[in-house]
Amino acid sequence: MEKNELIAKINETLAEEFEVEVSDITPEANIKETLQLDSLSLVDMVALIESEFGVKIKGAEMVQVQTFQALYDFIAERV
Amino acid sequence: MMNRVVITGMGIYSCLGKTLDEVRESLYHGKSGIIFDPERKEMGFRSALTAKLEEPDLKKLLSRSQRVYMPEQAKYAYCATVDALRNAGIDQDYLNTHDVGLLYGNDSSTVPNVKAVDTMREKKDTTLCGSGAIFQSMNSTVTMNLGCIFKLKGINLTVSGACASGSHAIGLGALLIQNGLQEMVVCGGAQEVNPWSVGSFDGISAFSIREDEPTKASRPFDRDRDGLVPGGGAATVIIESYESAVRRGAPILAEILSYGFSSNGDHISSPNVDGPAKSLEMAIRRAGIGVDEIGYINAHATSTHVGDTNEAKAIYRVIGDRRIPVTSTKSQTGHEMWMAGASEVIYSMLMMKNNFIAANLNFENPDEDSAKLYIPAQRLETSFDTFLSNSFGFGGTNSTLIVRNL
Repeated sequence: MEKNELIAKINETLAEEFEVEVSDITPEANIKETLQLDSLSLVDMVALIESEFGVKIKGAEMVQVQTFQALYDFIAERV
Repeated sequence: MMNRVVITGMGIYSCLGKTLDEVRESLYHGKSGIIFDPERKEMGFRSALTAKLEEPDLKKLLSRSQRVYMPEQAKYAYCATVDALRNAGIDQDYLNTHDVGLLYGNDSSTVPNVKAVDTMREKKDTTLCGSGAIFQSMNSTVTMNLGCIFKLKGINLTVSGACASGSHAIGLGALLIQNGLQEMVVCGGAQEVNPWSVGSFDGISAFSIREDEPTKASRPFDRDRDGLVPGGGAATVIIESYESAVRRGAPILAEILSYGFSSNGDHISSPNVDGPAKSLEMAIRRAGIGVDEIGYINAHATSTHVGDTNEAKAIYRVIGDRRIPVTSTKSQTGHEMWMAGASEVIYSMLMMKNNFIAANLNFENPDEDSAKLYIPAQRLETSFDTFLSNSFGFGGTNSTLIVRNL
C-alpha cells in the first residue's frame, strides 16, 4: 500500500470510530486533542490500529506518538 | 413518622411499545410481543421463542464516549429513563442540584463477557477487548452508565435479585425515601434480549416449545402451559417523597403503599408456597389495608407448571374466595426477568389510570389451583385504585409491591 493510501485509510478509520470529520485530521494535529481521547478511548485507538493494520503500539511507544504524522510513520514502518 | 412515597414519572422500552401510549394500546388490545427467532434454532436452542425488541440507535443522543460503555440493556434503560424523567418534569438542572438516587434491577450482561472471552482466546491480547468491555460486562453496568449520563448524586446501586430484581429495586428505593435517606430515586429494571444470555436457561427446559404458535406460547395459569418465553427491555419509575412531589408541582400518579419480601430458603429453581405467601402478607400488613381494598393483582406467573401453581396457591391462601382479578401480563410480554418487577408496575399503572385490566392471554382452561382465582381471559373494562404486584426469582427471592392511585 502506498503511504498516501495508508494515510487516507488511517484517517478514515479513526474519523469513523471517533466520530470526527476526516478534515479535522491534519498531520501536525495532536491525536488525543483531535479525537478527544481520554485514557480509556486511547485503548480503543490502540486496539483499532492493531485490528485494522496489524500494528501494535505499546504503552511506552505511545508517548512518542503524539501527532498524526508520528502515527502515520509508526504504522508505515511496521505494516 | 415515615415519608409517603409517590410515583411521579414512568418510562418504558418494551416489546409492547417504546412509549407509554404504545404500551397502553398493546395492553388494551391484547397484543403479544412474542415471535419465533430462527437464529436460535440454528444455535441449538430447544425453544426459539422470544420477545421481539430492536436495539435503539443512540448515536444522535449520546456521544461515543458515553455509548461505548453501554450494553444493550443499558440502552433500553437510558430510553426508559429519559421518558420517565421527562414525564416527572425533571430536567438536568434539577439532577445537577439535588441528590437523586438510582436503584436499578439487572442480573446479567452476557454479550460483552462472551465477546471479551472470545477475543482473549483468539488474539491472546487483552487490549483488543477494548475500553468498553469491562464496563459493559459488569452486573452494575446499567447503574454505572445511567449514574454518569444523568449525573446522579444519590445512592447508586444495582439490585440483582434474579427475576424479582426490578421489584426489589423499587421496594428498596421506597424504603430509603420512607426513612428520609433519599428524597427521590430513579428505580427500574433492565433485561438484555439476545440468544447468548438465555441459552443456558433454555438448556434446563424452562422455555415453552409451542413454537408453531408463538403468541399462544406464554399462557400463565392455563392448564396446558409448558414453560416461559424470555423477553426483556427496560422500565423506569421516578419515585419521590410526597412532600418533594408537592413542592415541585409534579404530576403525582400513585403512592407506593408498601414493599413486602421474603426468601423461600428452599430449592434453587422450584418455588414453594410459604415464601411467596409471606411476601404478600407482609406487603398487605405494611400497607395497613384490608385484602378487600386490593382491586387487581398482577401476578408473577411466568407460564411454568410449578411456578404458576404455587403462586396460585399463595394468592388463594391470602385472598381466599374474594373475586379480585388476577392476571399475568407475561401472557403478552413473555418473562421480562430482571426488568419484570418494574415493567409490571408500569403495566398495572397504565391499566389503573385507563380503567381496564388486560386479558390474561391464552387462559383457556384452568387447572385445579388457578380455578380458585378470578383470572379474566378477556379484557375487563373496570376501575380499580389499588393493585398488588408480585415478583419472584431463582434462589427463592420474593418481592411484592402495593400501589394506590392518587
